[in-house]
Amino acid sequence: MAIQTEPAANSAAATRGLDPAVVRRDFPILEQVINGHPLIYLDSASTSQKPQVVLDAIDTYYREYNANVHRGIYTIGEKATAEYERARAKVARFINAPDAHEVVFTRNATEAINLVAYSWGRQNINRGDAIVLTEMEHHANLVPWQLLVQERDGDLEFIPVTDDGILRLEVFEVLLKLRPKLVAFTHVSNTLGTINPVREMVEMAHAVGALVLVDGAQAVPHVPVDVQELGADFYAFSGHKMLAPMGSGALWARRELLEAMPPFLSGGEMIREVHLRRSDFNDIPWKFEAGTPAVGDAIGLGVAAEYLGEIGMANVREHERDLVGYALAQLPARVPGIELYGPMSADLRGGVVPFNVPGIHPHDVAQVLDRFGIAVRAGHHCTMPLHERLDLAATARASFQVYSTRADIDALCDGLVEVQRVFG
Amino acid sequence: MDDLYRDYILEHYRRPHNFGVIDEPTASFEGSNPLCGDRITVQLGIAGGVVERVGFTGRGCAISQASASLLTDEIKGKPVADVAAFRADDLLDLLGIDISPARLKCAMLSHETLQKALAETDGATATPAPQGTPA
Repeated sequence: MAIQTEPAANSAAATRGLDPAVVRRDFPILEQVINGHPLIYLDSASTSQKPQVVLDAIDTYYREYNANVHRGIYTIGEKATAEYERARAKVARFINAPDAHEVVFTRNATEAINLVAYSWGRQNINRGDAIVLTEMEHHANLVPWQLLVQERDGDLEFIPVTDDGILRLEVFEVLLKLRPKLVAFTHVSNTLGTINPVREMVEMAHAVGALVLVDGAQAVPHVPVDVQELGADFYAFSGHKMLAPMGSGALWARRELLEAMPPFLSGGEMIREVHLRRSDFNDIPWKFEAGTPAVGDAIGLGVAAEYLGEIGMANVREHERDLVGYALAQLPARVPGIELYGPMSADLRGGVVPFNVPGIHPHDVAQVLDRFGIAVRAGHHCTMPLHERLDLAATARASFQVYSTRADIDALCDGLVEVQRVFG
Repeated sequence: MDDLYRDYILEHYRRPHNFGVIDEPTASFEGSNPLCGDRITVQLGIAGGVVERVGFTGRGCAISQASASLLTDEIKGKPVADVAAFRADDLLDLLGIDISPARLKCAMLSHETLQKALAETDGATATPAPQGTPA
């Protein structure tokens, strides 16, 4: 099947900047009233809200051409297949993948990383081989490697972070002397917001022959991502954090790597020929897409990528840099004693601001904020080792997306003052 | 809406009853709720089949701390059999607030930890148990 990359999107919107007041109209959920207050959703690092165009795309798929893909010799089956593959091309274009066949649809970044750990890892990691990770990894980019090295008798090494949540590259340099087979790290920290210097780290890793996997779950939705420019070998991300449906996500990997890797899940779709005692596998990317895929969700992911592309990722990044700068200035000024964590420069930080109000547990903070319709995350954000490293039991976290506004941060400041009043 | 943080709950949170370690506990258990980083240690001093002394330490949210404060008040001086029969629902009644499913684990941490501490002892023994070791 031919997959064509589409022509570049109309960039008129991209030059105008991002007006969150206009963008918000595309998100019906934000019209909701929670506990008598308009919903102020500051948990986009957990999952993003979905614009009307994405909701419509899913709805249209199920209403008008719901059919399995790569099978039906009938009109709606062919349309479903074409739209599914068109979504792949849109996603490929969004991250500037050279070839849409290098994009494998998965359920989320977690599944994409597990795919690599299982397929590439079991073939390439042997006794004594090292994998270098960082102390700031989400559990999704830690636990699969723990299981792999336990099974293969390999070793894990970790790039430490400074107290401000910056990776210590001078230690990375030393760890590379171990000649690791793989270096895997997050592009943007889901907990501290740290934007890691991917390109520099990729060059360092490649210089000693290591492959690089980047966890882009918090990057693809928030900063321009060009996989060719970054130069990594594997790049994993989730759809649901980038305005697409839950259960959509993707792995990008260089063609020759995907072609050399054995399958992950197996069954229908991923085969070319099946005999009773052996099978031949399909071409990439379908070799890695066993069973009926989440067609509607993949189509929604394609539309979400297109929507973000029209806004322009440079504009999204600029918008979030503005919000982070505003939050880093306003929170300490208006909430006495508040503790902020992570890099204190908006230039080094994606749209994530973790904090604690001294003497008040983050769960209580989040619970009281909910009275004002404000949704923040409280807990360890799936980074228990990072919390341990920073000596934090838990944190509250505000995180942003295209629809977030300075007014949301004002409401958060007011809400936190109210939290202090309740527990004062 | 303000049902959760009632005055008496906040009062127990700010000045928890029975907070601290006790001398020569006969049973002790550390429980944790990894989801929120809450950690609590419950210590019991059992003699003659009665929970004569009880103490708890640890950190956590208002709900988990207030729950531990109320629970330890409730069981002090009670026969071990009564304490063992004290159910999670009884603790919810004692708290007297509507706990959302998301906060249930916070409210129940002290109860779970107490039950595990009790399991360390056969009821009326006065010999000190090793700390933090589940039965």
